[in-house]
Amino acid sequence: MDLELMINSFPKLLSAAAITLKLLSVSLIIGLFIGLFFAILRINKNKLISKLAYGYSYVFRGTPLLVQIFIIYFGLGQIEYLRSTILWVILKEPYWCAIIAFALNTGAYTSEILRSAFQTIKPGIIEAGKSLGISNKVIFFKIQIPIAIRQSLPAYGNEIILMMKGTSLASTVTIMDLTGVAKYIISTTFKPIEVFIVAGGIYLLMTFIIHNVIKFLEKKYSY
Amino acid sequence: MEILAFGDTGWGDELFYATLMTIAVSITAMFIGFLFALIFTPLKLSKNKFLNFIANSYTTIIRGVPELLVIYLFFFGGTGAVMFVASIFGYNEYIEINAFITGAFAIGIISGAYSTEVFRGAIQSIDKGQFEAANVLGLNKFRKFFKIILPQTLRLAIPNLSNVWQITLKDTSLISVTGLVEIMRQSYIAAGSTRDPLFFYSFAAVLYLLLTFVSMKLINRLEVRYSRGY
Repeated sequence: MDLELMINSFPKLLSAAAITLKLLSVSLIIGLFIGLFFAILRINKNKLISKLAYGYSYVFRGTPLLVQIFIIYFGLGQIEYLRSTILWVILKEPYWCAIIAFALNTGAYTSEILRSAFQTIKPGIIEAGKSLGISNKVIFFKIQIPIAIRQSLPAYGNEIILMMKGTSLASTVTIMDLTGVAKYIISTTFKPIEVFIVAGGIYLLMTFIIHNVIKFLEKKYSY
Repeated sequence: MEILAFGDTGWGDELFYATLMTIAVSITAMFIGFLFALIFTPLKLSKNKFLNFIANSYTTIIRGVPELLVIYLFFFGGTGAVMFVASIFGYNEYIEINAFITGAFAIGIISGAYSTEVFRGAIQSIDKGQFEAANVLGLNKFRKFFKIILPQTLRLAIPNLSNVWQITLKDTSLISVTGLVEIMRQSYIAAGSTRDPLFFYSFAAVLYLLLTFVSMKLINRLEVRYSRGY
């Protein structure tokens, strides 16, 4: 055990963890909107629209996240047309490519979580709203969405933790996140176990915090 | 389509073998995962606090740490660990472990943590009366487990195990960082030499979709088979 290496690498890994958290939070926020959008499409009565939304979530859930990042980072740059548009400013940055891939990926899972939450809302609740003369729009935003959020909290908590682990793939496109820095230290010192303990410990701490925050929210919003 | 031709001119045969490699690694990893689950599920269900602690640490650590980090640990640390064990037995030559074994083992340990949770949940949801009835019938421990508990556990576990299989299958793409030529690595090589990453990575995505689609169909049939009588 090389204690000195563990102590020395700790601050480096900790500042890399900040990048991991940044990647995670930005992609979760974008992913939540994507997820909500596709969940609404999924419960649409139009078969075609609902099939399209299902196709999106099927493709992103059925392929590895690594493939998705590589298609966006290495693949999209190949299209000449894209290089001439304003989008290229974003797509040439590995940081944004990773975020786009993460957001689309978590969006697919989130849409499934929200869809099942919407579908488990008892029709009686919506009917009660209607009989009180509340408009459809208000029913959706003030009744269905809050209930759906409460219903999907446990599953969404798991998704946040899975996504946090997923952000480690950003290191494959040159981003120095927690895993990226850990790999760098391992490959320069050849002390995998020590670095794994420190980096793994930081990841576990983040998992632990997320887990407890979600548990607290579940309690707060339980009925 | 020329680019996907079999033979020297295209990448068809290379990608075909890479797909077989992905399937082979996934199945091996899933199997190693079952072995881990076989060890850790009883520990999780045991009444001994210390054994519980060991099993809980395993599942918590593996499920809370990124797969890629675990793979790096095995990739960089695997050779050292094996050589250390060998040196205890007096063997001091350099030992190289191949990428297949390292990869399958790393993914297997991850898969095992998820399988352990699935089996624990399935066994816990079996009615207590089943255990008692088996005891009353005077079955020995071995027959009680294999004839009464296991068939019921499998029925409950298969839907969740199919999720574990999907996770395992997708995780194998990460082994490409160790140089094992599976779908992802082969696409990387092909993309590099043809300068057509968009096509090859999209094709890789299609291959993965195909694998998940076909395996879901097969698992559904298993599910029907094991829920006969319900």
